[in-house]
Amino acid sequence: MTETARDRILARLRSAPREEAPRPPEPAIGTAPELSGRIDQLTTRLEAMRAVVRRTTAALWLEALIALLRERGWSTLLYAPETPLGAAIENAWAQDGDGLPALVAYAEPIESFKERLFTVEAAITSTAGAVADTGALILRPDGREPRLMSLVPPVHVAVLQAQSIFATLEDAMRAGGWAADMPTNMVLVSGPSKTADIELTLAFGVHGPKELIVLIVE
Amino acid sequence: MGPEEFDRNVELALADAQLRRNFAFAMGSFIARRQAVFSDAAQTERLRGQGQALKRRVLSRLPELLEELEANCTRNGIQVHWAETPAVANRLVLDIIERHAATRVVKGKSMVSEEMHLNAFLEKHGVEVVETDLGEFIIQLNGETPSHIIVPAIHKNKQQIARIFHEKVPGAPYTEEVEELNAIARATLRRKFAEAGVGISGVNFAVAETGTLCLVENEGNGRMCTTLPPVHIAVMGLEKVVEKLADLPPLLRLLTGSATGQFITTYVNLISSPRRACARPCSACAAAPASTTARSTPGSAATPTASSTRGRSARSSTPRFSDWTRPAPSPRPRASAAPARRSAPSRSPSPGCCGACATRRCHRRPRAPCPATAAAAAERSGWPGQGGGISTPTRGSTAC
Repeated sequence: MTETARDRILARLRSAPREEAPRPPEPAIGTAPELSGRIDQLTTRLEAMRAVVRRTTAALWLEALIALLRERGWSTLLYAPETPLGAAIENAWAQDGDGLPALVAYAEPIESFKERLFTVEAAITSTAGAVADTGALILRPDGREPRLMSLVPPVHVAVLQAQSIFATLEDAMRAGGWAADMPTNMVLVSGPSKTADIELTLAFGVHGPKELIVLIVE
Repeated sequence: MGPEEFDRNVELALADAQLRRNFAFAMGSFIARRQAVFSDAAQTERLRGQGQALKRRVLSRLPELLEELEANCTRNGIQVHWAETPAVANRLVLDIIERHAATRVVKGKSMVSEEMHLNAFLEKHGVEVVETDLGEFIIQLNGETPSHIIVPAIHKNKQQIARIFHEKVPGAPYTEEVEELNAIARATLRRKFAEAGVGISGVNFAVAETGTLCLVENEGNGRMCTTLPPVHIAVMGLEKVVEKLADLPPLLRLLTGSATGQFITTYVNLISSPRRACARPCSACAAAPASTTARSTPGSAATPTASSTRGRSARSSTPRFSDWTRPAPSPRPRASAAPARRSAPSRSPSPGCCGACATRRCHRRPRAPCPATAAAAAERSGWPGQGGGISTPTRGSTAC
């Protein structure tokens, strides 16, 4: 068998002098703040990064969403029909969709949906949790709720279950067993898309959503 | 560049009052922002110590970790290539692009690709490469190279950028408003994302334990480049490998705090495999005949053949925009699979289907997931349960 680039690179690395270095001890796990403290911290951080946060409850979240939609008047809302969130939205629209944005289902392959995707005004997705100390949503997109939903439309509405807010990213990883079960894609999202590439002037919505709206369901 | 040319450039730059003002302002802002994030000196030192120990650990096991990374990426469906020199790396990238008959490439900011002079190489071989990070886009329009790894166009002020856009972007008006300049870039680049055949990115951390590529950014162009085109090529130096997923939180905090004075970037993207068109069929569905699925279409792209990190799929056959200088390649026969797939009838779940394998590409609306899947999904989503259905992560299907 001929020697490959891989073999030569690894051989060079193996023959290079190396210093022993044990794995550093895991930092002590701090006591996580109570849920209300985590919600407050997350809210503060997200708002500092220009996200809009609305707190609601399991009984009232749909009303809160509908109020938001009426207020903002987007003409179209992209949703994922095969998620529990999507089913709840379909039910609500079936009951009374008057004055609400037209629903656009993300229910076909990206190759045929790309053009439509670039024309919707807002998208709504569920979340897999959040990190309080840095302020970030945890998205775990999959075939039913693809990652482009939280990226391409100008507005991203994210629905977050309060009890899935972790104190730190370390906590979220440990509790969720991430290392044993990484999906195709996970994304932490801490605000609307932004840039400071021109004279360090902060501007929002350069490529991704211009607005991030988070509904925290307690 | 010889030493004489370097000396001459230094003199020219020092004599440029505009350039010096731009840099003084930028660097001053960065220092202040970093101090705000790392305000607790003792805590910061602990964090730095931890980061240093983690990186030392990587150096002590570099060849083993690279093999582990390769094995886990491969298991996840990511193809791994090794290059000893920039020339070989450039050639490998070009080969992948040519294998997919792509001529249009969108690129997220990658310093290793700058060091490889990848763009010049690809352009020489007939590939059109568009830098999509705003700063990189600006300097690419003007034929320059980045002056700073975080803010590539930091040496330009808005008047200079306004002129570049007005002259180089078809139809762009002259404006010095930063918001409007951003909007011009957004509109121009959105079309490029949608039409590119390949996306190229760098890598901030590659996790050996899980075969995960971690990319941080604020703009979202990186996510666009790694998600919209059918093929993603990630280029990394071998020093980017880390041992465990648990090493990411402290390293991310050090990186974003030091680079831009942020607690976290807008996006932290964790990519572990190409897009999966469909979850693994459960035993009931695998045993059933698949006569009505799109998969039976010859040459269908419904089943991803993992490319560098993304599934190969049919390209859009009608280019809507003409400001790419390279024509879109004519659609290859396999592209005809797209309409066939759209019209493929939905497939009903097989009797005894666990529900976990049911994505929209197989059959819609799983109603009766197996208990293991349901429990895993419920635990993960914690959803109060309005409406029907269960949120099932793709990998959850392995539970049943």
